[in-house]
Amino acid sequence: MDIGSMDFFERVLYFIQNYGSSFLEGAEIAAFLAVAGTALGCLIGFLAGAVSALEIEPDDSTLRKAVLRVARAVIAFYVWLFRGTPMMVQAMVIFYGSAYFGADMDPVTCGLFIVSINTGAYMAETVRGGIQSIDPGQNEGAEAIGMTRGQTMRLVILPQAFRNVVPQIGNYLISNVKDTSVLSVITVGELFYVGRSVAGQFFTYFEVFTVICMIYLVLTTVTTALVRLVEKRLAGPKDYVLEEAEETPA
Amino acid sequence: MEVTRTMPLNRHTMALSAKSVDAVKGRAGVKTDTVLRIEHLSKNFGSHIVLRDIDFSVRSGEVVCIIGASGSGKSTMLRCINHLETPTSGEITYEGKAVGGVHFDLSQYRAKVGMVFQSFNLFNNMTVLQNCMAGPVHVLHKKKAEAKQDALFYLKKVGMAPYINARPSQLSGGQKQRVAIARALAMHPKMLLFDEPTSALDPQMVGEVLAVMRQLAKEGMTMVVVTHEMQFAREVSNRTVFMCDGVIAESGTPEQIFEHPQNPKTQQFLSRFQAS
Repeated sequence: MDIGSMDFFERVLYFIQNYGSSFLEGAEIAAFLAVAGTALGCLIGFLAGAVSALEIEPDDSTLRKAVLRVARAVIAFYVWLFRGTPMMVQAMVIFYGSAYFGADMDPVTCGLFIVSINTGAYMAETVRGGIQSIDPGQNEGAEAIGMTRGQTMRLVILPQAFRNVVPQIGNYLISNVKDTSVLSVITVGELFYVGRSVAGQFFTYFEVFTVICMIYLVLTTVTTALVRLVEKRLAGPKDYVLEEAEETPA
Repeated sequence: MEVTRTMPLNRHTMALSAKSVDAVKGRAGVKTDTVLRIEHLSKNFGSHIVLRDIDFSVRSGEVVCIIGASGSGKSTMLRCINHLETPTSGEITYEGKAVGGVHFDLSQYRAKVGMVFQSFNLFNNMTVLQNCMAGPVHVLHKKKAEAKQDALFYLKKVGMAPYINARPSQLSGGQKQRVAIARALAMHPKMLLFDEPTSALDPQMVGEVLAVMRQLAKEGMTMVVVTHEMQFAREVSNRTVFMCDGVIAESGTPEQIFEHPQNPKTQQFLSRFQAS
């Protein structure tokens, strides 16, 4: 069949029929990198954000003060470095850098690493903000029953901060679905990379990328719906059940 | 609002409830041993002096009410007691040990000296039951089953047992404060600090919270209460302290303070309440 004699819609259909499975494989890799990268990024971000939100109190031990100061400086440097450079450039530096130093990385692993540390850098700041927006009374309530600062953070502050930042996590996840496309520069076989190789064979960029465009839209639409669902779940039930009705005060 | 009146405050120390009978009769039964002593306490926030050279002590079983205008330093003094604020100078001793000293276990001390806040400060991410179990499980290292039984006991006492599955955001102010009191009681405290516990509540809710506090006082709980509820201070306290401009201006029995105030500042402060 000669692609030259087809009109636009026939060509789109042709690519869906013949290259649909390749596109789906690319979409799978993009989705995997986005979901796993966001999850790992959250882990990094919550650790970094929690540490940088821990107050240094005047009556802390010298060791504790020193450890906290060093940890904060490291986190600040990390955030500065990865927020301050494009992900595409980081991909090049890390992928070819690792090869230069003889530690070859497979492109997908390298891609996952890059998405994770990028998301982590942004999340660290988001989580810090999420923690700082929590009513100081929560802290005092916990301190007043004898909780240590670590316990307060883990049991009271972080669970609430998590709920506060879920909409932001959703934002990062959706961004990551799209931004995995820059990983094509290090030959990660995600959606954009697949699209470019198919389009290159036929010189039909418009048609192929129309298909790619639609696949991205489906991915982000599904992601948005999932994030909404999680948010609803986290808000908890609106009603509660009264126990032992005979004890109800008048 | 009905508070269960027959239950002893602390089912592990029945001695307290025996004493409570005396306490009901005429504020007898107050032991004479000093639990908490404050000496030369001062607190500055920057150049702003909030507390000047305060001396104050609390005896076991005593109910002390601290009254005074807003900004007089009442809350700051209370917050210094459990070290939510670090004193600028002076010494606070609890059972003979210096609070905040080098080898002082602040966490265990706070477990023994409970605090109830004006703004409740219940943990928003937990249910009512979880709020009352968190301290016993994580600070006192109790088994969950035991902590739950305890929590239920105290929630029942403050009339909140039916609401164990509710979250703080689903409760009224009075209900929140009663849960906060149950949360403090679940730690089996030796002493309770109340920082304007009814100031954020409407009159009906004030009643339900004060009823719980009256009951605690009857049962012999050692309490330091910062309050604007003059009626409560007059009827329930063994000793009333009037604070003004960062110092204790006058201190005595409620009769002395409310009927025969000696300090002109006390007279002026109380006249506003009596007029209304």
